[in-house]
Amino acid sequence: MNCQLASESIFYQNALYRFIHDSAGAFMPCSVSHVIAGLAIMLMLVNSVLLGAALVTWLERRLLGRLHNRIGPNRWGPFGLLQPLADLGKLITKEDLVPSGADKIIFTAVPLVMMVPLVLMTAVIPFAENTMLADLNIGVLFILAVSSATTIGIFMAGWSSNNRYALFGAARSVAVLISYEVPVVISLLGVVMISGSMSLNDIVQAQSIPFLLVQPIALFVFVTGMSAELNRTPFDIAEAESEIIAGYHTEYSGIKFALIFATETGALLVVSAVITTLFLGGWNGPLENFLGWFWFLIKTLAIIFVFIWVRATYPRLRLDQIMALSWKFLLPLSLINLAITALEVFLLRDASGNLSLPDLWVMAAINVPMAILLILVMGGLFQKKVNSLPIRTEKPMVPGVPTIEVK
Amino acid sequence: MSLESLLAIAAILFCIGLYGALSRSNVIAVFMSIEIMFNAVNLTFVAFGRYITPLAFDVNLGSLLTGQVFVIFVITVAAAEIALGLGIVLALYRSTNSIDLSQIVRLKH
Amino acid sequence: MIHDIAFWSLSVITIVSAIGVVVTKDLFRSALLLAVFFVGIAGFFFLLSAEFLAVVQVLIYVGAISILFIFAVMLTSDIQRGNPANRMQVVAMVVPALLLVAVLLGVFTSQWVELDAEVQDTVDLVHTRAVGGISESEFAAAVIDDEFSQKAIQEADIADLLVGEYVLAFEGVSVLLLGALIGSLALARGKGSR
Repeated sequence: MNCQLASESIFYQNALYRFIHDSAGAFMPCSVSHVIAGLAIMLMLVNSVLLGAALVTWLERRLLGRLHNRIGPNRWGPFGLLQPLADLGKLITKEDLVPSGADKIIFTAVPLVMMVPLVLMTAVIPFAENTMLADLNIGVLFILAVSSATTIGIFMAGWSSNNRYALFGAARSVAVLISYEVPVVISLLGVVMISGSMSLNDIVQAQSIPFLLVQPIALFVFVTGMSAELNRTPFDIAEAESEIIAGYHTEYSGIKFALIFATETGALLVVSAVITTLFLGGWNGPLENFLGWFWFLIKTLAIIFVFIWVRATYPRLRLDQIMALSWKFLLPLSLINLAITALEVFLLRDASGNLSLPDLWVMAAINVPMAILLILVMGGLFQKKVNSLPIRTEKPMVPGVPTIEVK
Repeated sequence: MSLESLLAIAAILFCIGLYGALSRSNVIAVFMSIEIMFNAVNLTFVAFGRYITPLAFDVNLGSLLTGQVFVIFVITVAAAEIALGLGIVLALYRSTNSIDLSQIVRLKH
Repeated sequence: MIHDIAFWSLSVITIVSAIGVVVTKDLFRSALLLAVFFVGIAGFFFLLSAEFLAVVQVLIYVGAISILFIFAVMLTSDIQRGNPANRMQVVAMVVPALLLVAVLLGVFTSQWVELDAEVQDTVDLVHTRAVGGISESEFAAAVIDDEFSQKAIQEADIADLLVGEYVLAFEGVSVLLLGALIGSLALARGKGSR
């Protein structure tokens, strides 16, 4: 039996799928090798998310330790690399509690509901040239749509736990998610406009210079918005441990908590991969035909490092500050960026609507100083506004404790 | 999968939604039933757009997508309706402390 | 074959979840079932090769409207009283049943003039690629090699219809959205806070 993938098959462009299909097809019937190739790629995606999440937890703890001037986990394995395994073993052997009065079905479904969108998002990310599960022509929209579905999982967790803190955490988290959705979507419009396509593969190919230079404002808004949507530290009021224990996953323990935690760190990995694809040129680099995956990995790790660095540096914001940042700072910024980009694309494009390399350099030369200027000026205005708010003095909770001044 | 079976399923969904809208007394439940009806109608739009597209081949291929354009309009109108409707529900709840349709019978507050 | 399996399982999912939405006593659960129903309808769109609509359906219905419903359920906290039926049970059963019978009769007795089988590939290609371009291999897969029809398919985009033929409706919908935005802000603000 010699079953090769026909060149008119829709999977023919997918190098990985073609390789697995053809090597399995050497000694199996065609229908079986299709199933094997599909299952193999799905397994790869799920495991890359889970394993990647484990590695990211290790990386995050080690780096946080370094940035805090301490050592971090270093006992198990070289550099403590096996620490995630130890954590997993501990979590699996813990008792799996369901609080009394909880809605058991919804409570149990939460880790699944949160995990599935994450795995779906990886399906459209090109790890190297033509190496993706599905080359959707609406890839960017797909990522936004699927990531917005996690909100329901958070709501389910908060509601079904039968716990006030979980409900507070869920309500806060959803408020943040909804307000940051708007600037994030608008910031991506600029990228889509320049590349003229919503397929992630086409966007990578359009980046003859990385969109980091062409769309700096969009990158800034996207990174800020995404770190809010991921509940990363400057914006992590949804699980602020000093206020509401652990937020929406307060009641979760054992393997369910492990899955939710893996989802959170895996989301960091996937979002970094998306940022790499959209703004850093994805698999573009020297020798990209062989080393595409390597450049992709390096760039993703760099973005993850930025996220961890930000986490180690900034203190947590209040809820009203987070809302104000989204609606009064990021939204106008992304709208200005959209208008400028639309104007530039309208003026610079050629007859067939494409942008050449010099056009992109012209846009970069305009946009980078504009970004610095806008962020400085608007940031200054925003800061002045925040500083001019009346100083609230709160009554001391305990008699004898001095009054706290809150700005 | 054929046009008839798609239309039949859309009709069943529409009637489930209609039953819900007529038989429930909670405003939010009624809104949910109306959403089911909207989606059933969208399904018929897309089905017709795919299986029956008269004249599109004579004029231009773009008008094959008319069904999808209609669905986009329906989705937008539904979103606006839900945003306003749920705002009204919250205002009602604040003033009457109930969202039971059979109890909201006064015209003044 | 695969299409039929997907079609029938999607119909079971949507019908069961729709019945669940209408019948369930717990409002929170019926809001969640509504989200499942929306995902099922998105699956139907995908099956009917309307990829763009499927993603828009997930983005707007699952990501926004379900969340609004859940928020409303939580804020009104009328869950204890649940989702009671009103006094019009008989009417509410009979009217939809009659309507269903009428529509099904109409569906199955009509003579539908369906498209020819050979143009179905073209239609599917136009529908899937309502947004964005089409690559050479996809044309090869659909066996369309004549240059004229390739160009026609390439140029058939949903945006041209939206801001071309239906631009008046498009503007009308935008004004409606703005009105809804201002209206819901005014409603949510209430009387006491200004």
